[in-house]
Amino acid sequence: MNITRRRLLILLPAAAVAWKYVQAGTPEAAPNYKMTEHWWSMLIDIPKCIGCGSCVRACAEENDVPEGYYRTWIERYHVDDWKIERPEVESPDGGKQGFPPNEIGGKNFFVPKLCNHCADSPCTQVCPVGATFVTPDGVVLVDKSYCLGCRYCVQACPYGCRFINPKTNTAEKCTLCYHRITKGLTTACCEVCPTGARQLADLKNPKDPIHEFLRTHTVQVLKPHMATGAKVFYNGMDGSVR
Amino acid sequence: MFKDIEHLVRLAAVMAIALIAFVTLRALVVPHSFGQYGHYRGDAIAEIAARPVAFAGHDTCEACHVDVVEQKKQGKHVVVPCEACHGAQARHADDPASVKPAKLDTVVVCARCHEANSAKPKGFPQVATADHSGGLACDTCHQPHRPKIQIAAETKPATEGKK
Repeated sequence: MNITRRRLLILLPAAAVAWKYVQAGTPEAAPNYKMTEHWWSMLIDIPKCIGCGSCVRACAEENDVPEGYYRTWIERYHVDDWKIERPEVESPDGGKQGFPPNEIGGKNFFVPKLCNHCADSPCTQVCPVGATFVTPDGVVLVDKSYCLGCRYCVQACPYGCRFINPKTNTAEKCTLCYHRITKGLTTACCEVCPTGARQLADLKNPKDPIHEFLRTHTVQVLKPHMATGAKVFYNGMDGSVR
Repeated sequence: MFKDIEHLVRLAAVMAIALIAFVTLRALVVPHSFGQYGHYRGDAIAEIAARPVAFAGHDTCEACHVDVVEQKKQGKHVVVPCEACHGAQARHADDPASVKPAKLDTVVVCARCHEANSAKPKGFPQVATADHSGGLACDTCHQPHRPKIQIAAETKPATEGKK
């Protein structure tokens, strides 16, 4: 092929782009794990939650979550008959040690919360340096070696799922136990849940029981009006839950 | 027309040097995997996935503790995963001989789930532990892996079947 000046000018940028991919290689998260074959989500069955706090303790132990900060937490709702718009919500120590007894009338129930691993996550969109992102398998992660600690993402999350780790001064959040799910395990919170109120689900796996569940139950996500594409599904959720 | 273009050549040279410096610096500073999957460092995914696990998972426990699995199958605690009560045991699973799980205090562990609370689901078995046992350890009467108390036929109260 005769390389003219014109052809060279066309080829140079193409070669530059190609070289970048050659250098990058294709490292996979774990052997035998293909990111493109999964789309992770979680199912939370509110009528099954007993507020024991096992998930909060397990999360802290599995992920070294600093004391006083929570990647997942449990809220106890108290709704009076006439105050559905103004529920009373409490979460002492994130529900880590359970909840003190409260023998009061009205409707009382527990709501476990965690990162919703939104498909269109507001937190990743505001990151100025590309330190947080949605992986090809649908998990929102933070690259702590890239994070500046600017807190934009903490403000952007409508669910309050992020915090700044006081030791590293970088943003931190639920990783959906990415180090576990890529090894074929379930998340720490789902692993220890004694009643099965939390279940990890893979929306790309046609054999996952989540599909049957979503068909046969009335399932909601938190704050659907925010259009975040939240992937943590709540079954039996009361209208007062925020 | 362009007789005196020396100043343009000099400017072009300066710009070319600046461009080369920018491209070189960018190549040195930006990690190679940046942009592999999107606007982020692709290697970060593998780094996060490389973290060691703390909870072994009930499948791992059940591979050795077959007797406990059989016991649990006879009662309602069959659905409760091992590490819900026993805590993270990946280190024990890696080295069963030297790392032994701690003995559990049933007064604390059982109450986490079964202490009465109006927010708990109505069908879930709950007791006010102070009234129910008066601080006595739960495993004095209940076997935690198969919690329903087995009573010999002759001493069985008449109400037993109605529950």
